[in-house]
Amino acid sequence: MNNSNTIIAKDNDGMPLIKFLAEAIKSKGPFFTPFNMISLPIMLVGFTLIVIRFVKGIGAVANLTQEVPWGLWIGFDVVTGVAFAGGAYVITFMVYILNMKKYHSIVRVTVLNGFLAYVFYAGALLLDLGKPWNVINPIIGNSFGVSSVLFLVAWHFLLYMIAMLLEFSPAIAEWVGLKRARKILGGMTLAAVIFGITLSTLHQSGLGALYLMAKEKIHPLWYSEFIPILFFISSIFAGLSMVIFEGSISQKVFASQISSKNHHAHDDILHGLSKICALTMFVYFFMQVLTFVHGKHYELLNTPMGYWYLTEMIGFVLLPMALFFHSYRSRNIFLIKLAAFITMIGVIINRLNVTVIGFRWDAAQHYYPSWMEIVVTLTVLFVEIWIFRWIINRLPVLRDPPSWVKNL
Amino acid sequence: MNINRRNFLGVLGVTGLSLCTGEKLKASPVKESKKEFFGVLYDSTRCVGCQSCEFACASSNGLPEPDASDMPEVGKIRKTNETRRTVVNAYNTSQGEVYVKKQCMQCNEPACAAACLTQAMYKTESGPVIWRDEKCMGCRYCMVSCPFDMPKFEYNSPNPDITKCDMCYERTSEGQLPACVEACPSEALTFGTRRELLAEAHRRISENPEMYHPQIYGEAEAGGTGFLYLSPVPFEEIGLNTSLQKSSYPALTKGFLYSVPSIFVLWPAILLGIHKSVRSNTNEAEDNE
Repeated sequence: MNNSNTIIAKDNDGMPLIKFLAEAIKSKGPFFTPFNMISLPIMLVGFTLIVIRFVKGIGAVANLTQEVPWGLWIGFDVVTGVAFAGGAYVITFMVYILNMKKYHSIVRVTVLNGFLAYVFYAGALLLDLGKPWNVINPIIGNSFGVSSVLFLVAWHFLLYMIAMLLEFSPAIAEWVGLKRARKILGGMTLAAVIFGITLSTLHQSGLGALYLMAKEKIHPLWYSEFIPILFFISSIFAGLSMVIFEGSISQKVFASQISSKNHHAHDDILHGLSKICALTMFVYFFMQVLTFVHGKHYELLNTPMGYWYLTEMIGFVLLPMALFFHSYRSRNIFLIKLAAFITMIGVIINRLNVTVIGFRWDAAQHYYPSWMEIVVTLTVLFVEIWIFRWIINRLPVLRDPPSWVKNL
Repeated sequence: MNINRRNFLGVLGVTGLSLCTGEKLKASPVKESKKEFFGVLYDSTRCVGCQSCEFACASSNGLPEPDASDMPEVGKIRKTNETRRTVVNAYNTSQGEVYVKKQCMQCNEPACAAACLTQAMYKTESGPVIWRDEKCMGCRYCMVSCPFDMPKFEYNSPNPDITKCDMCYERTSEGQLPACVEACPSEALTFGTRRELLAEAHRRISENPEMYHPQIYGEAEAGGTGFLYLSPVPFEEIGLNTSLQKSSYPALTKGFLYSVPSIFVLWPAILLGIHKSVRSNTNEAEDNE
């Protein structure tokens, strides 16, 4: 992904809308890049597998069993993906509610990332549904299962996608040059942010609450009535680690889009985020210790699952937390990025421990994802990155908004 | 901080919107009903393992006829699946060989129905927990939630159904017995209201205390179930899960669901408050400079 030869897209400056869009759709930048060459074949195989899945049923591509009905597509794509998309609500909270202007330059890219994550993870959810054509039932009609946590999560996904689209819409208006629409949409941002943070609080924890009824099915070291709170707190540093990770890559790949002022400010942003990560991870670790003490499962620590639990807690919570603290004090940007990377792996491990690895850990027939489930997961991920790149190369996301915005 | 008309209307709008949404998402308690739940009492001391119930179930529900060579055997755990809704297994116990029938337990407060976001899984007023094709999304959250692992999914169908025993809902609502109860030659299965069945089970235990383990599986398990089990030995010897909680499973998510409306009301107000106070602070700071 080297876009240094890319002609930087311009925002619309008085061209008729249709003509501008027709121009903008044309591909920009070289096609034969390593990223394209790796992702294209995988996506082709992935799309074939998706067709097979809809013709022959889920069993033709997935290894799911009657005891383990949710596998990689839910545990990784949806539950883990949504945790990583948590950066959008944390950053909008910091910028629009706490008025921390320093982080303003990364709001748009974070919201875009969050929005695409939700669109694609909700998309991945459709692949996992046996009867996806009935997905509208909980939204319209007379089939409201209001006592279901999943009902809440489904509604929140939908509403939050709308809220994030509203938060992002000023960028679209700036791009196509609709000044009046830009003014109206910009005025709706605060309401969308407040609504979005509220929704995020509830469905980040709601994803954990989904598993509350599976009390005896999840390994006791990972099941507790506090799953919703643990999921919520961890979504804060999961999302911010994703912001650090994505930002570090975007700074290189999309360097031509970023003004030198914002480029220099980026290290300062990472420095600030590392402090927030360290603090929230401390709270999270404290909650985990409390949960463990309350659970009274000391004897389980000396079992294989216990060692795995300790690995997660020490290697992927305590260690990156210490790294964040240390790198914050020493202003070591490389260590911040390393800590963010370890944290992300830790979040993946944690979510998979609750949803897949620790789920029916005692079953006679264990679930392992098939290669086809993994390829479909990668396909979803790659399609998302392609669309992300498409938008970044055109809309004013990383680059500064057009000058007329200031005069509105 | 000044409140003008525009701001006031804005706050009102956000709060109103949140209230509306909160209302929709609120957990609603199950309607009280005067009707009693029906259930089935299964007495494993009377079961002879003849599989009549399996055959009757298959023919009544249009499922493939059970493989005649696949008999209940000690050491072999046969499971229900998408093509068979009830199975009989044999267990070697301290009291000799005991046969145990398995099927959906028809919980009083079913986790599957509480989990279902479209009410496809549904606890009927007469007791059976039924599944409704036209509502189901195939999300399999019922399977994740069921403590007895009873809902099964047709993984190899492009239009998959969730299948499980529904205590022959159609037959029982027409006054007939469930197919398995009707077919049982040794009167191991009894159909009736749950209250009558519990009384009958307690009577059998007290009349023959040496014959029975002095508990009824399903009286308290998972908050009470429609199928009730009598056994000559402790239940773990005959493959029944005794680690299940003795209270309702949907209650586990109640705390979370009840917190939703309050968060929906409080959060926006708090966030708006922080926003206003932070902004007026920074404005003052800028004015002072």
